[in-house]
Amino acid sequence: MIHSLFLINASGDIFLEKHWKSVVSRSVCDYFFEAQERASEAENVPPVIPTPHHYLLSVYRHKIFFVAVIQSEVPPLFVIEFLHRVVDTFQDYFGVCSEVIIKDNVVVVYEVLEEMLDNGFPLATESNILKELIKPPTILRTVVNTITGSTNVGDQLPTGQLSVVPWRRTGVKYTNNEAYFDVIEEIDAIIDKSGSTITAEIQGVIDACVKLTGMPDLTLSFMNPRLLDDVSFHPCVRFKRWESERILSFIPPDGNFRLLSYHVSAQNLVAIPVYVKHNISFRDSSSLGRFEITVGPKQTMMPKSVLNMTLTPSQGTHVFDPVTKLLSWDVGKINPQKLPSLKGSVSLQAGTSKPDENPTINLQFKIQQLAISGLKVNRLDMYGEKYKPFKGIKYMTKAGKFQVRT
Amino acid sequence: MTDSKYFTTTKKGEIFELKAELNSDKKEKKKEAVKKVIASMTVGKDVSALFPDVVNCMQTDNLELKKLVYLYLMNYAKSQPDMAIMAVNTFVKDCEDPNPLIRALAVRTMGCIRVDKITEYLCEPLRKCLKDEDPYVRKTAAVCVAKLHDINAQLVEDQGFLDTLKDLISDSNPMVVANAVAALSEIAESHPSSNLLDLNPQSINKLLTALNECTEWGQIFILDCLANYMPKDDREAQSICERVTPRLSHANSAVVLSAVKVLMKFMEMLSKDLDYYGTLLKKLAPPLVTLLSAEPELQYVALRNINLIVQKRPEILKHEMKVFFVKYNDPIYVKLEKLDIMIRLASQANIAQVLAELKEYATEVDVDFVRKAVRAIGRCAIKVEQSAERCVSTLLDLIQTKVNYVVQEAIVVIKDIFRKYPNKYESVIATLCENLDSLDEPEARAAMIWIVGEYAERIDNADELLESFLEGFHDESTQVQLQLLTAIVKLFLKKPTETQELVQQVLSLATQDSDNPDLRDRGYIYWRLLSTDPVAAKEVVLAEKPLISEETDLIEPTLLDELICYIGTLASVYHKPPSAFVEGSRGVVHKSLPPRTGSSESAESPDTAPSGGPAADQPSVIPTQGDLLGDLLNLDLGPPVSGPPMATSAVQMGAVDLLGDSLMGGSGGSFTPAPSTTAPTNVGAPLGSGLGDLFDLTGGVGTLSGSYVAPKTVWLPAMKAKGLEISGTFSRQVGSISMDLVLTNKALQVMSDFAIQFNRNSFGLAPAAPLQVHAPLAPNQSVEITLPLNTVGSVMKMEPLNNLQVAVKNNIDVFYFSTLYPLHILFVEDGKMERQMFLATWKDIPNENETQFQIKDCSLNADAVSSKLQGSNIFTIAKRNVEGQDMLYQSLKLTNGIWVLAELRIQPSNPSFTLSLKCRAPEVSQYIYQAYETILKN
Repeated sequence: MIHSLFLINASGDIFLEKHWKSVVSRSVCDYFFEAQERASEAENVPPVIPTPHHYLLSVYRHKIFFVAVIQSEVPPLFVIEFLHRVVDTFQDYFGVCSEVIIKDNVVVVYEVLEEMLDNGFPLATESNILKELIKPPTILRTVVNTITGSTNVGDQLPTGQLSVVPWRRTGVKYTNNEAYFDVIEEIDAIIDKSGSTITAEIQGVIDACVKLTGMPDLTLSFMNPRLLDDVSFHPCVRFKRWESERILSFIPPDGNFRLLSYHVSAQNLVAIPVYVKHNISFRDSSSLGRFEITVGPKQTMMPKSVLNMTLTPSQGTHVFDPVTKLLSWDVGKINPQKLPSLKGSVSLQAGTSKPDENPTINLQFKIQQLAISGLKVNRLDMYGEKYKPFKGIKYMTKAGKFQVRT
Repeated sequence: MTDSKYFTTTKKGEIFELKAELNSDKKEKKKEAVKKVIASMTVGKDVSALFPDVVNCMQTDNLELKKLVYLYLMNYAKSQPDMAIMAVNTFVKDCEDPNPLIRALAVRTMGCIRVDKITEYLCEPLRKCLKDEDPYVRKTAAVCVAKLHDINAQLVEDQGFLDTLKDLISDSNPMVVANAVAALSEIAESHPSSNLLDLNPQSINKLLTALNECTEWGQIFILDCLANYMPKDDREAQSICERVTPRLSHANSAVVLSAVKVLMKFMEMLSKDLDYYGTLLKKLAPPLVTLLSAEPELQYVALRNINLIVQKRPEILKHEMKVFFVKYNDPIYVKLEKLDIMIRLASQANIAQVLAELKEYATEVDVDFVRKAVRAIGRCAIKVEQSAERCVSTLLDLIQTKVNYVVQEAIVVIKDIFRKYPNKYESVIATLCENLDSLDEPEARAAMIWIVGEYAERIDNADELLESFLEGFHDESTQVQLQLLTAIVKLFLKKPTETQELVQQVLSLATQDSDNPDLRDRGYIYWRLLSTDPVAAKEVVLAEKPLISEETDLIEPTLLDELICYIGTLASVYHKPPSAFVEGSRGVVHKSLPPRTGSSESAESPDTAPSGGPAADQPSVIPTQGDLLGDLLNLDLGPPVSGPPMATSAVQMGAVDLLGDSLMGGSGGSFTPAPSTTAPTNVGAPLGSGLGDLFDLTGGVGTLSGSYVAPKTVWLPAMKAKGLEISGTFSRQVGSISMDLVLTNKALQVMSDFAIQFNRNSFGLAPAAPLQVHAPLAPNQSVEITLPLNTVGSVMKMEPLNNLQVAVKNNIDVFYFSTLYPLHILFVEDGKMERQMFLATWKDIPNENETQFQIKDCSLNADAVSSKLQGSNIFTIAKRNVEGQDMLYQSLKLTNGIWVLAELRIQPSNPSFTLSLKCRAPEVSQYIYQAYETILKN
């Protein structure tokens, strides 16, 4: 199981270590530093690194490496999932997850880590249980604690810990009972030079914010549930009911949670909501090139030898960073009558041959009140409690990893 | 007001100040001080000096303070065991606390304090907590058993905690069940022989029920445990599959992958005709695709596993090619994996798409990725015949880009395409030759030289091209030198008239001016071949090459089957069985896929044969584990083997003169064989071994290894077995172990229906095939049988270690006997350790594991000893002469992956040798010594 955890910042300093079994010397991280040196960028450090006596499994988030040390055969996905859970928990506790904030809250961090694993076995990873055991720091609580001498550590066994619904605590009370659902879909796509779609798929999630008193039992039904053939549920969803009736039936956790994520594959034709016309050319002879793009808020990575770009957009603002060779163009709203475009010339480093590779355009966009897959919620019902909750649903489509090759 | 204040220090000295604060009367100040101590601890500062002061703060009602002190204790108790005892009373008291949270906390912390004296006190509270009324305490206690086992395994067994833990599998609370399973699995891992998780249909049923209700992590443990179960028939397998399938929709990817493992394994038992089989296949695809939209680290592990799955069952993902297309901002490790899977899924139907993608990738920025993409195009050409033409033209387009590394990579793969489709694409050679000057990597240069040599007759200026390489012969890498030598000899055989000078030049460069024994050997072989028998030379050098196929980069089927059982584990990430990288002392049980049951199997295509079988329908190409086809042609470029003692230079010169003369004399391509009598006899030695090298290309290593076989002894006397007498012995040949038996019928009636079975034993020895006695055994007749054995049977530690209990059945009765097998039948062929590795491992193994033995009355010298031992797979790594005595350093590996290192001291005057053995599992040493003695004395 998980032996130890090291947190390492971008400059290669270990700024926190936690051991769940015997203490492993931090020199084990040298193997990690070696791998880090070999990798061109932080993102490219391999997630599994073997050393003579241990294995190092790492995730890279918020510019911090979370490196777990294991000694025996353990499912690596289990470790990586857990590490991501740790990051999520920190984020949940402190709002952001950064080196500074972790150092500022080192004692709470340490207590939380101790609560999350016991001897390398996960103990409590649900955020609501953790929060009952160790209360997240707030300014008010710190002040109260200093005055009264009370602590951040709960002294009662969290009620959810063992119940059949470990994700929900009992005795929840709200004056305003509300349940909001956001259907968010991301399009991952690769568009080739000529504008035809090479791959396109939709990653959808339904995020919920449920603030309801007592133990409500909710059912959510869809107009077109057949769209959802590849789904992952929050543990609260009753799988049998979904299999037989295609209805989501669940006792919700309290607060924010991800009810469902789904995947609509490339076979169901995805209609791409934006298109990009581009004409980027470098000339061999002169150190100039032409550049023209129409449509879309975007990011473009230019080849190394590009020195600068002189461009005029029809709308929005654009920035070219000569160091990272990143051109970003924030378009703003797209007006179908007058399509936004960005035109101009590219100046290349004199003397070098023209770049071999063409830049890839990375597209970001948002469309409100539309789920591109066509998924629609039919109704939401509540059982088990008497009051009438306020219900709301929002749809949104975003670009995920949306790339246009030129 | 943040915790960063705990890091600030004053000038007076931190420890001193903290000590004062810890002993303060004010509670608040104490707590702040403990927090400062913890903060220092988290950044790796040594604050162990404060131990007594911190422990003094332990008796408190304040739970936070208590927890902080516990945190401190866990870190430092080991360094101050005597002081840690001070804490015991508080622990024992806390274990009785009415608040379950505190009871659990106490038992949890006690388990983490790895001090022997404390563990003694832990037993009673732990026993109580295992039966606690509160499930939270029980589940914590279950984990504590695993902790305790890690510290003192014997204690856990003596106290009967294992049985209590087994009982917890039937607990009413699913969380407790999950933790009990997790704890048992961890204990079982360090004790492969103990049959801890005794799975039967009832316990499986309980686990499946708990599976639905426990936490996501618990589900992983339970699923991994289920995967070890062997259902008794296809119906049971199907019902388990049905109950596991819902886990495929879990949000936690580890749960999904563990469920995939269970399904992939049990699917093996289902008949392909079942509707359910098809449904299951369909259900497996979406979750695997979904894993690819997770974070990159998860993607990587998922991709490594998908790589195995598409090799085992390509039908699952055959329509999902597009999800493996590479995005430009994927991390490099994800890109490379995706590329590999794309090739595996490439087929005639999607090849156009794949090629277009690959071409796109070949223009990216990342060099490693571009190279692999170019190689991938070559693999496509070899895999999908219809696409070969398109692949070649794509490669030519890429060569036109003139990007240096793209050109080099393209040339390497075109060489493979030439071999796969001879006489089809040679028209492109001209284009390749244009790029000769830009090649600076050995592999590309070697490939180009190979092409020139192979097609010398079609390239007008082949001699000029090769000559240009010859100029810097000594600066080239071995790979290029060898290839150049062969290519020029090829050229000479094809165009003998114009190239005599060239061939002489290269032969003398290779034989006289080179220090590389490989190169020299090969030079001599060619020289001698050319001078004695040009026809034979032609047959050898211009021989037809075996075809290559895409199968070469597949994982070998038996290994693949084993790896399928390890989906989701580290083994699946490295594509190696755990025995290859988990340390031997841990002992690893081999896993295998269950055989398919069901009725209609035999009527179907060969791949429905029982899972042992897939090896049978392998193409005749030698499957290697190598990553890329590039390896193929390099067969002859293996690592330099230490050559035999070379002929002295004078002799060499003589040989050169002789051969040179004959070369000159034989104008017009016909040679007058050099009179063999005048040829120095020493030339024979390198020549012979060189030939050996050559034949190794096809023969593989170790063909000659046959270890010592003891004479047969009577195992089962006729009196004890109603007239059946069995005598036998064990042998190991070419990597396979067998039991050589003689069955003699000393009764008056005919014997038939023989069968044999082994009891579980220390190394998992088991018959690899049924005992085959073809005809009934008539009275007074005997029959000799060789029974092949493998080591994948169940494991149980025996006393003595090499004891084997055998049951033999015939039409009369069942008979039992036991015998001791010599351990050297378990020494595997790849037991030779790297020198560096040997040194490191020797140092690494603690001295108490070293045992010394005397081998008496042995008169062999060091070299004879080492060659004799080598025959039984004991490899000499180094030999040293220290003060007149020879020291041999040797290594060997047992079938279960245990390495044994040996130091053998031989004094020339003294007939008794001293043998020191070091091994992580010292209990085997004695038997290794016995093996040494048997081998050396026979």
